Order: sequence, then structure tokens, then C-alpha cells
Amino acid sequence: MTESSTRHPMTGNEMSGESAGGMERHQYDVVVVGAGGAGLRAAIAAHESGARTAIVCKSLLGKAHTVMAEGGIAAAMGNRWPEDNWEVHFRDTMRGGKMLNNWRMAQLHAQEAPERVMELEDWGALFDRTDDGLISQRDFGGHKYARLAHVGDRTGLEMIRTLQQRAVALGIDVFMELTVTDLMKDPSTGSGQAGRIAGAFGYWRESGRFVLFEAPSVILATGGIGKSFKVTSNSWEYTGDGHALAMRAGASLINMEFVQFHPTGMVWPPSVKGLLVTESVRGDGGILKNSEGKRFMFDYIPEFFKAETADTVEEADRWYDDKKNNRRPPELLPRDEVARAINSEIKAGRGTPHGGIYLDIASRRMPEFIRKRLPSMYHQFKELADVDITAEPMEIGPTCHYVMGGVEVDADTQESAVTGLYAVGECSGGMHGSNRLGGNSLGDLLVFGKRAGEAATAYASSLGDNRPRVDEADVKAAERSALAPFEVEGGENPYTIQSDLQQSMNDLVGIIRTAAELEESLTEVEAFKVRAKSMKVEGHRQYNPGWHLAIDLRNMLIVSECIAKAALAREESRGGHTRDDFPGPNAEWGTKNLVVNLNAEGTGVDLHEKPLPVMPDELKKYFEEKS
Amino acid sequence: MGYDLKMRIWRGDQTGGDLGDYTVAVSEGEVVLDALHRVQATQAGDLAIRWNCKAGKCGSCSAEINGRPRLLCMTRLSDFDPAETITVTPMRTFPVIRDLVTDVSFNYEKAKELPSFAPPPRDADNKRRMAQVDVERGQEFRKCIECFLCQNTCHVVRDHDENKPAFAGPRFFLRYAELDMHPLDTHDRRELAQGAAGLGMCNITKCCTEVCPEGIKITDNAIIPMKERVVDRKFDPLVWLGARIGIRSKDNDGRTEV
Repeated sequence: MTESSTRHPMTGNEMSGESAGGMERHQYDVVVVGAGGAGLRAAIAAHESGARTAIVCKSLLGKAHTVMAEGGIAAAMGNRWPEDNWEVHFRDTMRGGKMLNNWRMAQLHAQEAPERVMELEDWGALFDRTDDGLISQRDFGGHKYARLAHVGDRTGLEMIRTLQQRAVALGIDVFMELTVTDLMKDPSTGSGQAGRIAGAFGYWRESGRFVLFEAPSVILATGGIGKSFKVTSNSWEYTGDGHALAMRAGASLINMEFVQFHPTGMVWPPSVKGLLVTESVRGDGGILKNSEGKRFMFDYIPEFFKAETADTVEEADRWYDDKKNNRRPPELLPRDEVARAINSEIKAGRGTPHGGIYLDIASRRMPEFIRKRLPSMYHQFKELADVDITAEPMEIGPTCHYVMGGVEVDADTQESAVTGLYAVGECSGGMHGSNRLGGNSLGDLLVFGKRAGEAATAYASSLGDNRPRVDEADVKAAERSALAPFEVEGGENPYTIQSDLQQSMNDLVGIIRTAAELEESLTEVEAFKVRAKSMKVEGHRQYNPGWHLAIDLRNMLIVSECIAKAALAREESRGGHTRDDFPGPNAEWGTKNLVVNLNAEGTGVDLHEKPLPVMPDELKKYFEEKS
Repeated sequence: MGYDLKMRIWRGDQTGGDLGDYTVAVSEGEVVLDALHRVQATQAGDLAIRWNCKAGKCGSCSAEINGRPRLLCMTRLSDFDPAETITVTPMRTFPVIRDLVTDVSFNYEKAKELPSFAPPPRDADNKRRMAQVDVERGQEFRKCIECFLCQNTCHVVRDHDENKPAFAGPRFFLRYAELDMHPLDTHDRRELAQGAAGLGMCNITKCCTEVCPEGIKITDNAIIPMKERVVDRKFDPLVWLGARIGIRSKDNDGRTEV
């Protein structure tokens, strides 16, 4: 193997920056934190707009959670349904989010997703085809037409691999297995939100060695927060890093109470509890049954979706072959509705032996069809649960999947309240309102990844030589803070605190919430914070997962507090937020977002209400008549 | 149905290490990665393991279990006798960083050497057309999760580190084949596959195919067809003669050599 001296001795990563005081230093125009779909797309856009660009990620390149996205990319390309267009997609997205979405983001997303998908094809992606040879599009919940560009049920892998290969071909610098622990701001440019971003500070996971990136633009693309919950489809990286980094830098988060519980996670065996079962199973004919064998979704059709949902089994079944003259099966209602219905059935004692519900495609489709359309699902159940989904039903139940809330950003540029700080993908907020439609996350990553990369570059190049500077005192403080867990004598193990936090969030801030439980959860979060102060890690800095977790845990705690606090304040049920004590949506609550900020002492979060951006009349017309 | 599982786990770094004995409680339905996580949470907080999705989709948790290259998250404990001691060691072909984590940068370096996809312009209506039957060949290879188990088990490099500069390995032969079979690609990478990537050094023992957790038929569907395509070009006397007298070969479909 050829090893040049500018590479990290163990990882082979670029480390050509000057080193001083034992710390690597690098200068870039744009630093992208996170290498999932959003981060890679942002980095490609920044590079192509002329920025010196770096990608920093906690895992190896190509392993981000985007690989887990199965269903497809929602884009109104009209390949199957010429009637489909951005207006219908926009309408579906807003209705799915119960009108709480940032209308401008939903509009841009619907307008630009088709071109972003075609671009992936230009870069080598191999999508499934229609009979005409065009990109195939499949049905998903909440989308009026078959709209998801897909590759079997492994679309996320195709997307991340394509973007990864593009980034490699362009020669973008990638810093793998590097955790960013703090954002740096230039104190001379102002305090609080006014101060400008000057860079990012972190450490190589392999060596524990510190790294400083000096850059006027930082794009957060760190994904979600699922690891704060016990039952989740998310990987270990989902510890809310971007959410917490942004808050500590002075930015605000919106909609944090809206956490999507995907209706279909595996419930058995225990080692895979929470693992995702793609919505495509339902899109391709799968139905939900309780332990009495009843197809129960017909009992749970909300008023809001009655006009477009089949109310008999016969009509629902006809829809698969004749979509024009029949309405959609209730299994394809948006995720929040389906998750709540499943939860109610289980609670009523009609669940499976392992506490789930049956998802049955075996009795409805030929084995050949199932293996062809859902190869990963077939493989996943066969290998991990010893269940043949072509012969028997799956046992499934709701699992924490996605956070609609995130960094409050400008719709067109994805810039946060902090100059030079951008957020994109799951760690940004607004696009999905109170509930995300399946397939809209992959579109989100592409559309806003590109926009963020371009905006971050434009800002960086507008500065000329007048770039913000990192304050050395802040660097020292970041070092001390990162090493703090090694200083503790006789403290507690981070794994125990993490596990207790996950259980607490699952029990008290889960799919169904009450004021009493949310208040209890806030008390518990305070107690976890105290425990986390005396968290201790063993061993040394080299590839030490205990230390890595100790650092991630701080972010999980602050994000958990945001979710619980916002959930307590929002006294209604809407989308991914269901209050047992306030059932049903409330028109007044439908006009505002909840915004959270780090408090002045940096010890907790403050919350305030903010009116939604007002939709212009030319877009309002799409919601006037009922379809 | 839980029991106490006996494990031997390799602990150490690039300076050396040894197998450590651990006994950990496990329950029905668990996989090797669950057992390792429990060791980490209760007995060895600094045990280094690389993993992400725990669903066989990201390819991060590659290691060797009882000497066999496997994904830790896809190896069920029910495959073993409860009385058996399970030995977990890092992938052998790559340098150890710490414990079960190895330096796989070799693969990322090789990825940079491969000229990317080069499509023709889109159709007049701004779309591209391909037949499902044509994309499926490449799709098989794009199922690759980059776990690098094929690279780890390939004997061309497993015991011959010195081959690494001249040999890209099965994961990248898969890439070459995928691009070569892509219905729209305009490049011809056969010279490169044979020369720079060292396709000729593969003597088709199928070890890579055996360990692929995605069940990709690396040898039969990618490497052998690629070797045949290289041979067609290199050793067919008519193609050779045609090239000498300036007749363009039809078999590269108008692709440009890179």
C-alpha cells in the first residue's frame, strides 16, 4: 500500500494541515459535518461551486444512516402518472405534515426533486425501470400517485453509494471517523446569535487526537436523534449532534415535539427490536391484521383523509390494479395515523405474542413477486428472525424513526440564525411539518443539500480575506471539555446513563404523551444531567467507544430536554405528537411553531412560540377544494 | 432460554495483543454483536468495535468469528452450541487499529483509482431510458455494502501484503464489472481492470463469493465475465489485426478507452 506522508498513519485520511501544539489544523471554505445523503450532496455542491470543501464524519465513508432508507425518493417525475406534478406533491406534503410545514421548503422540494433524481442517474445510479425504460415510481403512504424513484427496497444504499462515488471522483477531502465536538465562532464578530462561525473542533476517533477546522461556513448534516429512545430504527450515530452543536452556537430549533414513530419496526427477536420494515411492504399490497385476524385499519380513517381513503376491503383491494377509479387502502395513510392505530390495537389487547401486530403480504402476493420487490426485507427477516415473509406474516410495531424538528433555517439557503452556520437533512427543521411522508426524506437530502452547499460557498467567497478567526481560548476550552470524562474519579459508566435515558424517553415521551409523564420526564432529564457530570470512562483516547459515548451523551441529553419541553407545551395532537390529554388537533395550535434555544447559562433550554410563515395566496388555492 | 456465553475476544493494537476470556449473559434471538455490546457495557467499556446499522446493511461490523469472515450483526448465536466458546478476532488482511477495528483505508485508496461513470447526454425530453433487464446485472453488484469481507478473504492479499499496490481486489472488480455492464457508460475500462487493478492475478478460487453477506456472485457474475471481456480484446487475433490496421472493434460499443 502506498502511504504518503500527508495521510493519517492509521486511517489514510488526508491530514496535510499544519500541526501546532500536537493538534492538526486545516483551512477550508466549507466544512460539512456528516456524510449521509445531505452531507454528501452539500459537499458536492460546495465543491462544484468552487469552495475548498471538507467532509467530516463519525463513521467510515458510505456507512451513514442513509443506507437504511429503503422505500425510495419522492419526486413528481410523472413517469407512471402523467397527472403527477410538483403541485400535487406539494399538496400531499403539506397535508401529510398537517399544514405545519414551512410552505416554501415544501414548494422547493416538490419543484426540484425530479431534477435531483435525474442527476443521481447522471452519476451512475441504477434505478428500477418502467416498461418504457424510465425510472420506476412506486406507491407510498400519503402520496397521491406512485411517486417514489427506487431500487428494489435498497434505495438509500444506491443513493449514498452514488453520492459517495461522485464525491470520490471529484477528489473532495474526507475526514472519516472524526467527531466534531464544538463549533468555533469569532468573538470579535459579536456575541450570541450575532457572532459568526469560524470553524469546527473535533477529534479523530482512532487516535483521540484533536483537529481544528478553520472555515467561515459549516454545514450540519448530522441526521437525527433516535438514539435517545430505546426502540428505534436509527444507528448509533443518531445522537442529535447537529441539533446540539447548533444550539450551543446560538441557533434555535423548531418543532422538536414532532418525532415520527414509524408504524412498522420489527418486534422480534429482541436483538432487532425497532429495526425498520419498509413502508413499501404496504405500498406493494401488505395489510395490517390484529391477533383476531381482522384488517383493522378501516376502523381508524380520520375525517381529514376520509375523502381519499377506501372504506371497504373490496375498494381497497381494487386500488392496486385500478388507481383511477378507487381510493387508497387505509394501510397507506400517513405514518402517524398508522402508528397510532397499531398502538391502539396493541393497547386493546389485540396484539401478537411479542407485543406487535401482523403485517401480511404472504397471503396476498406470490412468493416470486415478494422476493423481487422486497429483496432486502425477505433477506432481513430470513436471516435475523428466521421468518419467511413469502409464507408467513411479519410481527411489527411502532419504532422511533425520524425527527421532524431541527435547526430553524432559511428555506432557500438553509442558513440558521448564526451567520455561516447551515443545517440540512434530518437535523434541519420545517420541511416536514408535524409528520414526514415516506420518500420525502431522501428528496429533502438532495434538494436542500445542493442548496446549502451553494449558499455556504457564496457566503464564504463573499468574505474575501476578511474571514472570521478562531479564538485560541475557545480551542483550549473545547479540548478541556472533550477530555473531562477522563478526569472523573469513581464516576458512572456512560453506557448505564445512556440506557436509562433511552428507557425514560421511551416510557415518558414516546408515541402517546400526557402532561404528567412529560413533567416526570423533564425531572428525570435533570437527574441524568447530574449523573452525566460525573461520568467516567476507562482506558485511553485511542478508539475508545466509552469516551465517544460520553461525548455523544451530552448531545442526547440536551436534545431529549428539547423534545420533552416542546411536547409538554403543545397542548394538542398533531402528526408525530399525540397527547392523550389533548386528543385531536387544535386550530389555534395549527398556526405556530415552538422554538427552543439554549438558555443564557447554557444549562437547559428556553421555549417560545412563533407564528408560521404565511403561505401566499397562489399556493393556498391548492387546499381550498376537497379532493 | 438465556445462558452464559463464553467468548474469546482479541484485544490489542498495532503493537500486539492477545485473546481475552469473557463470560456474558445472552438471551434467545441475539447475535454476536449483542454479546459484544454487553461485554462493552458491563465488563470492558473501551472494547473497540466498529458498527452502525446492526441490520446487515452498512457493512461496518466485519470481523472473524471462529476464523470465518462474518458480519457480527448477522451472525446469530443460535448457529452455535451454547457450550461452545466463540472466538472473535479482527479481519486479518487489514492492519489492526484497536481490538476488533482494522484500518481499511486500502479500500478507500483503491476506490480513488477507478475512473467514474461517464454517461452520454440525456434524451431530448431530458430523461434517460434503460431496460429493466439491462439494469439488473449492475444492480446485483450495487447491492455491495462495502463490508470488505471479500477483500479480507482474498488470498491474493491475505497472506501477501506486497500484492496490495498492484491488486484492487474483488470489491473493485465488482465495480469495474458494474461500470462495464452499465447500459449507458461510455468508457472502456478493460485495460485498466487488467493492468492497474490486477484482474489477472485473480485465480478464481471463489473465496470472495463464499463470504459475501449479500450473496453477490462476485466470481461468476463479475470477475469471470470481466476476464472474458479482457481476453476477447487482448488475445482475439481478429480484434488484434483489426486494431493494427485501424478497424474499430465493435465489441466496445463505441466506448472510449480510459
